[in-house]
Amino acid sequence: MTQSIVVQVGQCGNQVGCRFWDLALREHASVNKKGIYDEALSSFFRNVDTRRSDGDNNDISGGKIRSLKARAVLIDMEEGVVNEILQGPLRDVFDSKQLITDVSGSGNNWAVGHKVYGSTYREEIVENLRKAAEHCDCLQCFFVIHSMGGGTGSGLGTFVLNVLEDEFPEVYRIVTSVYPSAEDDVITSPYNSVLAMRELTEHADCVLPIENQSLVDIVNKIKHMSHSGKLGAEIKQSSTIISGQGGVKGQEKPFDAMNNIVANMLLNLTSSARFEGSLNMDLNEITMNLVPFPNLHYLVSSLTPLYTLADVNVPSRRLDQMFSDAFSKDHQLIHSDPKHSLYLACALIVRGDVQVSDLRRNIERNASSLQSIMGL
Amino acid sequence: MYTVAFPSFCVHGPRHEEDIMDLVRREVEKCDRLGGFFNMMSMAGGTGSGMGTYITQCLRDTYPHSFILNQVTWPYGTGEVIVQNYNSVLTLSHLYQSSDAILVHENDTVHKICAQLMNIKQISFKDVNKVIAHQLGSVLQPAYTEGASEYNRNPLGDLMKSMVCHPEYKLLGLRNIPQMSETSLAYSVFTWPGLLKHLRQMLIANAKMEEGIDWQVRPPAGGLPPAEKGTHNKQLRFNTSLANLLILRGKDVQSADTGGFMDPALYTSWLPPGVASSTWRTPMSFNRYEKSATLVSNSQFLLKPLDGIVGKAWNMFASRAYVHQYTQFGISEEDFLDSFTALEQIIASYTHL
Repeated sequence: MTQSIVVQVGQCGNQVGCRFWDLALREHASVNKKGIYDEALSSFFRNVDTRRSDGDNNDISGGKIRSLKARAVLIDMEEGVVNEILQGPLRDVFDSKQLITDVSGSGNNWAVGHKVYGSTYREEIVENLRKAAEHCDCLQCFFVIHSMGGGTGSGLGTFVLNVLEDEFPEVYRIVTSVYPSAEDDVITSPYNSVLAMRELTEHADCVLPIENQSLVDIVNKIKHMSHSGKLGAEIKQSSTIISGQGGVKGQEKPFDAMNNIVANMLLNLTSSARFEGSLNMDLNEITMNLVPFPNLHYLVSSLTPLYTLADVNVPSRRLDQMFSDAFSKDHQLIHSDPKHSLYLACALIVRGDVQVSDLRRNIERNASSLQSIMGL
Repeated sequence: MYTVAFPSFCVHGPRHEEDIMDLVRREVEKCDRLGGFFNMMSMAGGTGSGMGTYITQCLRDTYPHSFILNQVTWPYGTGEVIVQNYNSVLTLSHLYQSSDAILVHENDTVHKICAQLMNIKQISFKDVNKVIAHQLGSVLQPAYTEGASEYNRNPLGDLMKSMVCHPEYKLLGLRNIPQMSETSLAYSVFTWPGLLKHLRQMLIANAKMEEGIDWQVRPPAGGLPPAEKGTHNKQLRFNTSLANLLILRGKDVQSADTGGFMDPALYTSWLPPGVASSTWRTPMSFNRYEKSATLVSNSQFLLKPLDGIVGKAWNMFASRAYVHQYTQFGISEEDFLDSFTALEQIIASYTHL
């Protein structure tokens, strides 16, 4: 099993990251009933004996879980968000040495994030990444989570991407970027986004752009479904993709619903690398199959279902509906209409009780309605 | 160990060569008499196709006099992996150089067998693999070659001798009947003439399974000059064979009349049917079927799928899509072009059978 390290930069990156770790713990908790530190857990967490105080050498492999530490590096130039994480229920998941913070923030300025803080903190960032990498047997991928509109996430985030390419050229860099929506609160966000986009095109292996507006639309759709009509009663509230119930945090905060969607997407993306299946797809297969030309590595993602019904048995009709939904514009995490666009490549990641025959049937059904360039 | 498509040929192959060949050597030393190697792999993915091809090459280099049979799984036509056509092209062209014979199983065909013959509603990979395993077992389980009084000591060798007489023609296909669900089996009765008649028509009409056989297709009347024969056959959609091996298992097997397979019209003109056709038998029944017949054939059956894959791969290559992923790991555009040329040659050879 390979390991991945999550690098979360800036306010948005850290908030999404926080939801990601919360949901990851929840997912593993529901699968791993015996509390054994297994391969699946090791892809994102270290098993650490906190009673020993000799610093870095206290990783335990196999056996019971003592204390889980996330394989993450948290970077923010303002202390607010990171402090909140450290005081919240997830404080034990992060090692204080994994954090890099400053006080005053980047002032929504890409140049401040990239050039000023970049040069100031370069060594510390490299040091931190190196330490995190050393704890891994086989490091496969860096997940960078950040926003494009702000200063830290956008500027320092892309600086970190450069560093990753320099220091770890063979490790994949998958970047989750939250793009500003029309009603964005940052006036300089267009500048920041464009400057960052250039960095992403040149230095990332794969980018998953996410748009806030799409997330808002999905959240509204779910809330509408939950509260309206008879379907509302059938939906399991705790199983919607916006729900953080069952996780570590107590109360839900404003952006949580939207961030949960992104966190779910990341979890599902990596699920094949963590859990077994009959047709496994590793992370490098994503970067391989979906990137026909080096610079065309922006992937549009979508998730289905948005909620599960209280009745667990999913009849084929509903399963087929799920496949169709995956291609519909209401489920995309960025505003786009797949059915009316040209596909270069497409990958379907399926979790759960789905058989080959279901896959075959649905691929045949949907492939004909999509225009694709390679005739696949 | 995770791999990326054909790069496993260039990167992981050499890296693990020593360990793998070490393990192989230990197994070989345990054998009294090494019949050969039977490699199983897929063509679409990374490890199976790339590493599998590399290992086959290593085996060929290390054991130049042993038989090597590669069992290759042909991917679903609708696609499992986007670059499967590239991987397939590279795999087949390389395997042709180092392997003695390539036994092909098409996922689409096996899937149809599960759906239509075995009546499985929700087909899983376990079901598909079970069918493939059954078919392989029906070939490799012990049997008597013609006139022999003891079980065949060298099945792989005899298989090669019967099937692969010319190095240009290495693609083998398998048809096994009957194949049905447990419930249907209880109500079915089989006769050798019936089974053999079906198998023969399946061969001629290039039917991959025992349903939807086109009974209209007939072997051409004799006496046509070779050039005309080709186009005539094409019009009839007739599947010309180079060699056929019948393996019969079950009750009253000695009474089965395989004369239908000795018809010279079935075969290409430059090989006499006496040489091209052979039969193995055993009275032991196989896997709950009272009587079962398997046909291993070296024929034009794979022409259309092969042409399809090469066509799609070429289309993709025309735009150089994904090629940067391969060149990054050591497969150059030249290598691609060589592979395409090799496969076009194979397609041409089979077309003119």
